[in-house]
Amino acid sequence: MSEPIICLKNISVSFNNEKILNNLNLSIKNGEFVTILGPSGCGKTTTLRIIGGFLKPDSGDIFFEGKKVNDVPAHKREVNTIFQKYALFPHLNVYNNVAFGMKIQKKPEDEIKKTVNDMLSMVNLKSFVNRDISSLSGGQQQRIAIARALVNHPKVILLDEPLGALDLKLRKDMQSELKKLQQKTGITFILVTHDQEEALSMSDTVVVMDKGVIQQIGSPQDIYNEPKNAFVADFIGESNIIDGVMLDDYKVKFERQEFECLDKGFAKNEPVDVVIRPEDIEVVAPGDGHISGIVTSVTFKGVHNETIIDVNGFKWMIQTTKYLNENDKIGMILEPDDIHIMKKSDYSGEFGDYSAFSDEIYEEQTRKPERVKGR
Amino acid sequence: MKIISRIYMTLVFIFLYAPIFVLIAFSFNESRSRAVWGGATFKWYLRLFENKEILTSFSNTLILAIAASIFATILGTISVIGISKTNGIVKKIIMSVTNIPMINPEIVTGVSLMILFVMIYNVTGILEPGLTTLFIAHTTFCLPYVILSVMPKFRQLDPNLYEAAQDLGCGPVKAFFKAVLPELIPAIVTGGMIAFTMSIDDFVISYFTSGTTKTLPLTIYSMTRKRISPEINALSTILFGIIFILLAVINIRQIKSDNLKEN
Amino acid sequence: MKTQRIIFPYAVWSLLFTVLPLILMFTLAFTDSSEKLTIDNFLQVGKYSSVFVRSMWLGGFSTLVCFIIGYPVAYFISKIHVKNQGLVLVFMMIPMWMSFLLRTYAWITILENNGLINTFLRSLGLGEIRIINTQWAVIIGMVYNFLPYMVFPIYSVLAKIDTKIIEAAQDLGANKQKVFSKVIFPLSIPGVISGIIMVFVPSVSTFIISKMLGGGSNLLIGDLIEMQFLGTTYNPNLGSAISLVLMVIIMICMGIMNKFDSEEEKRQAIMM
Repeated sequence: MSEPIICLKNISVSFNNEKILNNLNLSIKNGEFVTILGPSGCGKTTTLRIIGGFLKPDSGDIFFEGKKVNDVPAHKREVNTIFQKYALFPHLNVYNNVAFGMKIQKKPEDEIKKTVNDMLSMVNLKSFVNRDISSLSGGQQQRIAIARALVNHPKVILLDEPLGALDLKLRKDMQSELKKLQQKTGITFILVTHDQEEALSMSDTVVVMDKGVIQQIGSPQDIYNEPKNAFVADFIGESNIIDGVMLDDYKVKFERQEFECLDKGFAKNEPVDVVIRPEDIEVVAPGDGHISGIVTSVTFKGVHNETIIDVNGFKWMIQTTKYLNENDKIGMILEPDDIHIMKKSDYSGEFGDYSAFSDEIYEEQTRKPERVKGR
Repeated sequence: MKIISRIYMTLVFIFLYAPIFVLIAFSFNESRSRAVWGGATFKWYLRLFENKEILTSFSNTLILAIAASIFATILGTISVIGISKTNGIVKKIIMSVTNIPMINPEIVTGVSLMILFVMIYNVTGILEPGLTTLFIAHTTFCLPYVILSVMPKFRQLDPNLYEAAQDLGCGPVKAFFKAVLPELIPAIVTGGMIAFTMSIDDFVISYFTSGTTKTLPLTIYSMTRKRISPEINALSTILFGIIFILLAVINIRQIKSDNLKEN
Repeated sequence: MKTQRIIFPYAVWSLLFTVLPLILMFTLAFTDSSEKLTIDNFLQVGKYSSVFVRSMWLGGFSTLVCFIIGYPVAYFISKIHVKNQGLVLVFMMIPMWMSFLLRTYAWITILENNGLINTFLRSLGLGEIRIINTQWAVIIGMVYNFLPYMVFPIYSVLAKIDTKIIEAAQDLGANKQKVFSKVIFPLSIPGVISGIIMVFVPSVSTFIISKMLGGGSNLLIGDLIEMQFLGTTYNPNLGSAISLVLMVIIMICMGIMNKFDSEEEKRQAIMM
């Protein structure tokens, strides 16, 4: 888990004068499970296609185990892909799909047979050898696609939204199955998804992208707890993002009050974005908390109630198990470790206020431009 | 309502099939006359195989249809891939030109090709109107049908299939033959069959581009202007049978593939 | 891009055998036999205006008859069980795949003065009718040959109409007639238009049907063109000019039809 197996240096790509990737740098360690996460159109699939050899960057270099592979075509790279809709060959049966790669390499027939059977039992579809592709369910096709990609013993597997076509329950099962498979084989997995939960639960490293630029690279915990900017904070989970001023190390002012925090290293009186996760806020009686506000809406979510609070015109979201009524006046306690400070970025002001929030918009949009700050 | 539609459809089908039954019936007619029934006979079928004119033109038709449809199918399939690689104005121009032989009246296509062939022959002495010019003409009017048959299938194809084959170790050309072509085969076969039947049945364009060479429809035409020999009825009955079988094959294929899709 | 070159063979082929012939025809139409530029050919076309009128009238009338007969056929087919629709369509197609010369020729046997119809009528003591060598015979021939071209496009549009749309109309209170006139027919107009084009183009330009069934007196544009190239009055310059005029007429007709179509589409887009 040390040597970089893949290294992208200063990669730029544009289509029709639109920049898809802008000077992208990424290095991936051998044996890692890396997830590239971002909204549609952020350039994540393009990055994957560049690694796979299906697309040549306008500028920049790709290194595989230290060797430059810019001009190595897809079929000569030791990288295999699991495609979005699996791209299984409909004219071949399960066996011949899985055997495809080995047959191209003209491996001996008995070796092919053995490997294919091994792979099929690894994905628990051993009895399906002679079935037609069209007779398989989505989850089964997914597994065949995995087996087909593993058969060539690639050093890296690329997965392009592999679970997108499956229903929720199956998706959860496949997530853990993929994770186990990766641990068992030790192959580097690079997965592309727009599903933040998938990214957090499966990966060793998460790469958050937007507008062709990497926003943050880190472990799932880092990404969630220490988002680098408003985009990351908003895209991963729910966040209240408030304008603030860093008075001094460990001292931040927002909502006309001073708070203690755990962040330092900012200039004196530097304007910052303050992130507070909705589940970190404790609800108390009005007057007992640091700030107070009025409940404007309550949505029952099962484990908690998603509650929107109006604090001087800025809408906060809190997730609490307490049941509050609309128009209740409440207080909120913000402890130092609830507060995370971010430098101002281009995204500041775009996210973090829930005044235009509705579940419908949330479901439809992977990015949420509707939520413009309401002050 | 149901009864009305049944009666109506029956009448329409009688209208459509009446001349065909007349032809088949008269192919067994002892009498040479069109109007008189002289008893049943097979003699026209036997005479057919002694009629050099009919047999030669029939073999011309067959050779021509096979050659033109195979060539149009190959060229058409290649051009579908080519068209998919172009875009913008180039694609628009190519598609409009592709549509010309389908939109233009057949007689205009025939006449314009005749002008070209006559001009080439008069200037250079090559390409004397005959089987070669017929081959060119038939390929030209068959091409759009092949393209329109293969193009939708090609568009539907998951572009990842081609990439998946490359991903698993095929070079670009091999990937096409291993992953893309097998998927296109049904559409290519259908396109080829349409081209074949179009070519076999073509009269108007052949009429203007054949020179002295006779295809079957041309022979039939020259007969209708004199006295038609009943052998023609016999031949057309046989052809009807062949076409019937051909169509049955196409449709069984279709139904089979539809069933596959349903499952 | 290297892969784009794959279009070259086809591009060259269509340039040589689709575009070039039309350019040659165009130049012939504007020159005389000594290759001098002239518009004489087009002035001569005027002399044949009666032929043009007859062709348009016979072609237009046949198209109308095809529509009147063909629309119900398409509608009835779209109403039968989905599994049997393909079969019925195949049976509609089978006659089309037989040499149209022979089928048309067979109509002589049916229609002629001593033909099947008249024999039948006489045996019933009803006298006889004269059809062969009249315009009516030509119209029957055209309708017979081109009817399927009307049925198929209308059928394919009708078959695609979502049954939920019809149920929605019924749900909103439309009875059978209203469902047809307010929902089904408007939705089928694109099919009707391509049907009209597909019937009108070949029937206005045919030259065999009129020759076989219409006798000598019903000369059409197609016959006129044929005469200039392979007939007794050899004059390819005039023939090219007539072909060009025919092309222009057809293009205008198609333009009008397509305008109809796109306006219909626009209206539907607004409705939706």
